[in-house]
Amino acid sequence: MGEVIVITSGKGGVGKTTTTANLGTALALMERRVVLLDADIGLRNLDVVMGLENRIVYDLVDVTSGVCRLKQALIKDKRFNENLFLLPAAQTKDKTAVTPEQMKALTAELKAEYDYVLVDCPAGIEQGFRNAIAGADRAIVVTTPEVSAVRDADRIIGLLEASEMPEVQLLINRIRPSMVKRGDMMDIDDILDILAIDLIGVVPEDDKIVVSTNRGEPTVLDANSRAGQAFRNIARRITGEQVPLMALEAEHGFMERVKQLFGFGR
Amino acid sequence: MLDILGRVFGREEAPSKEIAKERLRLVLVHDRATVSPQFLELIKEEVIGVITNYMDVDEEGVEVSIHNMERSVALVANIPIRRMKRAVKAV
Repeated sequence: MGEVIVITSGKGGVGKTTTTANLGTALALMERRVVLLDADIGLRNLDVVMGLENRIVYDLVDVTSGVCRLKQALIKDKRFNENLFLLPAAQTKDKTAVTPEQMKALTAELKAEYDYVLVDCPAGIEQGFRNAIAGADRAIVVTTPEVSAVRDADRIIGLLEASEMPEVQLLINRIRPSMVKRGDMMDIDDILDILAIDLIGVVPEDDKIVVSTNRGEPTVLDANSRAGQAFRNIARRITGEQVPLMALEAEHGFMERVKQLFGFGR
Repeated sequence: MLDILGRVFGREEAPSKEIAKERLRLVLVHDRATVSPQFLELIKEEVIGVITNYMDVDEEGVEVSIHNMERSVALVANIPIRRMKRAVKAV
């Protein structure tokens, strides 16, 4: 029996879709069988971030409304053996096209066969959010170190607790070590102090995210990307491994790069 | 002028993350309290329960609310008293 994990945040633009794509890819690279489920009906994006936009035939609403069978709608990502599948959102419908009960049934069917079902939740706290969390065993709340994102994360955590989500963990995305160092960005402890929940990981800001999204190739495939490394670590923690937090030093100077080249750096 | 000198010679004021934390702390107290009106109703009932041990209050007139001040958030209870109970003097 697999696990259903919803990736949520409240605020838009903090990196839910990027997180879903990277964690799913990292888990697939670890030989886990994974389904990525895009629950953002009307504003689907997981397909383009994964580079699978040209392969869509059926979508989530086709499955729940009985137009096709579940297997027909799952897009197999050929880069990862038989390990990674995408169930795309519908683009021409709205959030009310699916009910929480349908999502529960769908995720239950998927987790009977796959190790992990990662649900990319839409922004907001309305029906789309209700649908996305309906069948989840665990929620990962993504935030960035900004007042607006942390405030919305707090609201989402409250709603998840009220709906009796068994496990809620925080992912701090896009942290900038140099700004943290000079006191112009909240650090990990500041945010944990305010939100008071468990941390699953911290992802540093990384230009490579933009480049990899441009190409439709998740950043975890790039061995040199700091964000990619952070996402790979988080994927290992999801499977229950104990992985220490990555050291977040300020952007590397020339000497650090040289040291790293010779294997003295981290 | 001092302000400019301060900027030239170092930190102008508290690091901005401290400002962010303080603002978040205040806004979250309010957000969390306003999440449920039931929460305030619960407090109101319990407060009435305690107060009526000592005095007669106008239960209909009791108001409990969260107020945002400049630098803090307060729980404000307005409890109209009808009559003091005699037994209180013995305490």
